[in-house]
Amino acid sequence: MNLQGWAEIALTIGLAALIGWPIGIYMSRVWNGERTWLDPVMKPVEGLFYRAAGVNPAHSQGWLGYAGALLAFNAAGFVFLYVLLRMQGLLPINPQGFEGVSPHLAFNTAVSFVTNTNWQSYGGETTMSTLTQMVGLTTQNFLSAATGATIAAALARAFVASRGEGVGNFWADMTRTTLWVLLPLSIVLALVLVGLGVTQTLAASATATGLEGGSQTLSLFPTASQLAIKQLGINGGGVFNVNSAHPFENPTPLTNLITAISINVLGWAAFFAFGRSVLAKKDVRALAIAALVLLSLSGAAMYAIETQPAPALVAAGIDASANMEGKEVRFGVPASVAWAVQTTGASNGSVNSMHASYMPLGGALQMFLMQLGEILPGGIGSGIAIMVVMAVLAVFVAGLMVGRTPEYLGKKIEAREIQFAMIAVLVLPLAVLGFTAVAAVLPTALAGLLNDGPHGLSEMLYAYTSAAGNNGSAFAGLTANSPWWNTTLGIAMLMGRFVPAIAVLAIAGSLVVKPKLAPSAGTLPTHGPLFIGLVIGVILILGGLQFFPALALGPLVEHFQVLGVVAGL
Amino acid sequence: MLSQLRPAIVMVALFTLLLGVAYPFAVTGVAQVAFPSQADGSLIRDAQGNVVGSALIGQPFAEARYLHPRPSAAGDGYDASASSGSNLGPLNTDLAERIQTDADAIRAETGATVVPADAVTTSASGLDPHISPAYARLQAARVAQARGVDVKAVQQVIDANTEGALLGFIGQPRVNVLLTNRALDARFPAAT
Repeated sequence: MNLQGWAEIALTIGLAALIGWPIGIYMSRVWNGERTWLDPVMKPVEGLFYRAAGVNPAHSQGWLGYAGALLAFNAAGFVFLYVLLRMQGLLPINPQGFEGVSPHLAFNTAVSFVTNTNWQSYGGETTMSTLTQMVGLTTQNFLSAATGATIAAALARAFVASRGEGVGNFWADMTRTTLWVLLPLSIVLALVLVGLGVTQTLAASATATGLEGGSQTLSLFPTASQLAIKQLGINGGGVFNVNSAHPFENPTPLTNLITAISINVLGWAAFFAFGRSVLAKKDVRALAIAALVLLSLSGAAMYAIETQPAPALVAAGIDASANMEGKEVRFGVPASVAWAVQTTGASNGSVNSMHASYMPLGGALQMFLMQLGEILPGGIGSGIAIMVVMAVLAVFVAGLMVGRTPEYLGKKIEAREIQFAMIAVLVLPLAVLGFTAVAAVLPTALAGLLNDGPHGLSEMLYAYTSAAGNNGSAFAGLTANSPWWNTTLGIAMLMGRFVPAIAVLAIAGSLVVKPKLAPSAGTLPTHGPLFIGLVIGVILILGGLQFFPALALGPLVEHFQVLGVVAGL
Repeated sequence: MLSQLRPAIVMVALFTLLLGVAYPFAVTGVAQVAFPSQADGSLIRDAQGNVVGSALIGQPFAEARYLHPRPSAAGDGYDASASSGSNLGPLNTDLAERIQTDADAIRAETGATVVPADAVTTSASGLDPHISPAYARLQAARVAQARGVDVKAVQQVIDANTEGALLGFIGQPRVNVLLTNRALDARFPAAT
């Protein structure tokens, strides 16, 4: 550990939140339909899309209508992507000559990109044609991110309305987020990244004859255009197998800093957008501080963990001050760690180092960050939405302690809200622990493991955590391209995405009809240090109680084994 | 939900045209004009115009006169059409054996007591173009001997090809193996 390392981690995490702030104000204007400087360009496109689709953007939908539109849109996206993947071999712009994708992999991949998970059971440069990467995967990178944002936009309207009816129009929220926020930012970021060395070509590959005469085939792609939205949309699915560790996807420390910040910029922006739209900036700032505290502590902890003596290096008498297995020289430990906490704290899932080769506690922390529910700051909109659920649970717990009906942001929190809040948070352990338990005793599932012992359990636990958390990163030793893994991970992704989304929309539907209350002397203040502590407590206790036993059997056991090896036992 | 079917299908179709066709093609078009070299993979050519590699992608080196890269888990080593890390857990016995073997070989060759970690670990991509300055220094004597030149001269080439961290703290100091080996060939042409 050194000062430069600490500075790099702090800069990465801090800059993302700082840049997210002004963008959040802009995002709130977009959700509210206020005037922006992009209106002259985007208004005509927007109008064209609404007319063709036959939607009236001014029509405010009830929560059921909103949820129905969301599901229909995602279903259509799934079908289109599934068919595209299956037919890949018959379609043009396939210079690699790849065949159609198998049914279970097509199911998994289509679900994965529609749910904003971007779990990849395949290696990009050995499976997906240029057409598939552009037309199929890039498109869903945008649309799944916009879908997540709509959840927060609808929830914001529910809190701000007094005895209202609708929660907004799904089509308008989705379209406006895509056209005004995601697309322009992606264009700028993609071009900056090409300038810094990221590839952007329709050619399949280049062939080189090395200095020693060996031949090397270099896979190429229109990488930058997909990379930009993969980061900004908090999707995480790499063009290449090794994602942002690949030098064509992340060539320099500067591209690494820019893309690492891009992971969290719009997640934070959605926090600030929600605060502005709900007219509750102070309260949402408290939630942002809670998330930032947890994320920063995680960054510090993981840096400390990854500079502990790695057993294989100690055994061979190597300089063991940095666990460099699965890390790139240009990034080293600090930039790898800064990325790893951000990608797992948000629901991004891109990687610039191989998580499977982290020290056991490093891997445990990555899993735990996902198991907290992807709220640090999480996906665009989906992160702040679940964070608000945590705040609702916090005021509920506080209300029980003092015997008052809890309120949050001027709305009474009653049985119905708490029921849906519990559904939203409990689906995660159901999917993660349920599937892991079954896989652990199923030979078909175990056949996919690379490592045995507790690390093997970690591979499975990580996989289902990543899928249900809609993260998409992996302990990549797991060979997941088999019918069992593709199918069950796909189901976990669907559960982790749509159950919380619909539960949050149901909460919105319940809140929107309630009167907006002015704060009274008996109202628990929800912006001070006390409440920040309470929210952090709720998050840690929920996550810890649910997942600690499973983590104890995997990475914690392995950690004590490592201590034994390092001590020479 | 059925009444939402038409907007769902139309929106997916229109957005696919905008985001899946217009956007990547437009970015490709601009990139190919503004940054043709980077967009095509930062390829390096020799005097005859033949591609010898990419400035960003590592390639295997085994001859004594060249700097050697890190071990690689991509295909049979530095397979730039199949990037991969080892994904071995910290206690995996394959990992321990591989590191022990590589470390013994490096010690036998250089007589070094301290071996840098990057010399015996596989990178995340399997295509890492860099090694640490410490590992480059460790190889300078072998390179100098193979080329029949002074070790200081080799070290000068390595130093000239060492990149520092951005602003002193973003990223790590590093030596690009392919670029340095090209510089060695250029500086000591008699040896080639």
